[in-house]
Amino acid sequence: MKIKSNDSFTVKIVTLACFTIALFFMSFLVGRYSISPKTVIDIILSQFFDIQKYWEETLATVVLQVRLPRIVLAILVGGSLSVSGASYQTLFKNPMVSPDILGVSAGAGFGAALAMINNAKWWSVQMLAFVFGMVAVISAYLIAYAFGRQAITVLILAGIVVSSLFQSLLSILKTWADVENALPAITFWLMGSLGKGTNKDVLIMLPALSFSLLLIFIYRNQINALAAGEDEARTMGVNVSLVKLIVVSSSTLMTVTSVSICGIVGWVGMVVPHIARMLTGANFSKLSAASFFIGGMFLLVIDNIIRGVKGVELPLGVLTALVGTPVFVFLLSKVKKGWS
Amino acid sequence: MLSVKGLSYYYHPDRIVLKDISLELAGHDILCLLGPNGTGKTTLLRCLLSLNKIKCGSIEIDGRDLTKLSAGKRAEIMAYVPQATTMAFPYEAREVVLMGRVAHLTAGGRTTRKDQKLVDEAMEQLGILQMSRYLFNEMSGGEKQMVLVARALAQQARILIMDEPTANLDYCNQIKMLKVIKTLSENGYSILMTSHFPDHAFLACNRTILMRDGVIMAQGLPDEIVTTENLSKLYSTQVCVTEARLDSRDMVTKVCIPVMY
Repeated sequence: MKIKSNDSFTVKIVTLACFTIALFFMSFLVGRYSISPKTVIDIILSQFFDIQKYWEETLATVVLQVRLPRIVLAILVGGSLSVSGASYQTLFKNPMVSPDILGVSAGAGFGAALAMINNAKWWSVQMLAFVFGMVAVISAYLIAYAFGRQAITVLILAGIVVSSLFQSLLSILKTWADVENALPAITFWLMGSLGKGTNKDVLIMLPALSFSLLLIFIYRNQINALAAGEDEARTMGVNVSLVKLIVVSSSTLMTVTSVSICGIVGWVGMVVPHIARMLTGANFSKLSAASFFIGGMFLLVIDNIIRGVKGVELPLGVLTALVGTPVFVFLLSKVKKGWS
Repeated sequence: MLSVKGLSYYYHPDRIVLKDISLELAGHDILCLLGPNGTGKTTLLRCLLSLNKIKCGSIEIDGRDLTKLSAGKRAEIMAYVPQATTMAFPYEAREVVLMGRVAHLTAGGRTTRKDQKLVDEAMEQLGILQMSRYLFNEMSGGEKQMVLVARALAQQARILIMDEPTANLDYCNQIKMLKVIKTLSENGYSILMTSHFPDHAFLACNRTILMRDGVIMAQGLPDEIVTTENLSKLYSTQVCVTEARLDSRDMVTKVCIPVMY
């Protein structure tokens, strides 16, 4: 019954952060061009210090324009999806919830497909994905607000309804899509990829992510109290409607930005919080921090595998489940605390 | 002092759930709310906690309108002890108690040493400090109930609203809980509890309300209103209120027994 000590939370988080940083640097070595660690470090440092260039210009481009954004995005997307998942699970008091429960992925998928069948440019694909992802969540929220007497379960229900609407619309678009170009593009997008990530995407992602994480951080104790249930949280002094709005808007902002940059990446947002809980317990302030690092590292490892396997570009959203599930089952068997 | 006047509540206007409820709860009071299932006891608690919005009447604390207070301010005056259920996630007992401090934390701030100390004191007082690290979901019903009381104490509100604090507990844990309730009232807490055991009115409470079909049938001292006639009428079942003698201790208590014939 007694469980292992949890007091070492700071140690755990610092360790996770160090691992993430180490993994960040090691990831530069993965890819089609083999570049020595020293060259990678010198190329990065040359951005800040005056270092004599001894490498070809191509290598600098590979490191700074191709690998850097992709590595950073993997961490940010993995981290955002995991923190969104953790906050939704705590808010909805439901371990089966993932960040797309309110329809954000379905909406974004529809938006992206809409752009693709019109042969739109990549930035308009991202734009429409963002817009329709937001539209989906806002509709779900308004439906729940209008008919749900503020109950949280109604919000999930509204999300599922809106989700299936956008999935139907997406299916219609797919039947209309040109089989040669648009359809494969849509299908590939729906399985997620970081391959098109640029430094500009990082610059768009960073403010959205920081803003959302800051909001979640400020309200972490209130979100935590909601794990006891909506009514109990209210009697403990939590402004439930406000916290609900904060969680939904910040999670949506993080998820929709991630999804519009790299397509739909499943599995991470739902399962990483469970892995983090094995490490820190259920307390949301600890859980959210651990989820960010574990999610970031996980997606980075998966993307490294994709970059490392030569010849084929495996889809990100597929590989997450393919690699993640055995790892998750292994962890479950190792941790005595169990999956509760 | 909590004072409720003319409170009414309904989900649909043609089906009144609570009608013209008036009651008062002073410091050191333990008020026991008795009544059959579906009579509106829980709804009344929910109204007092502003979980349900009252349709008419007033709820005041020392002259202040409770319905106009923010959730945070109300939480500093009144705490709720729900019936023990399970949490969706593996929280430790201590983490559950610490949730009671949420109203006192500054925006974005972290729990301070003072919060930790209050949590320790609450758990110590209820004799569950050694269970701090247990998983809430793995605790027994009686232990869970104590954790929830500790959470309410950590909240530092003077009024405790308890929904069937003795439900699903064995005799030992029932008595333990009643002792805790008595001690708390001696320390100045006001307690409003619901129960399905009329005996508990004699064991721990100084005032009783009998409630049926959303109206108050009788209220007053347990000795005066918890009687054979009243209880039989309240539950529509023959109930006998009699005396039990504990010779070894030279003690007499009133007990209530349903009779089947």
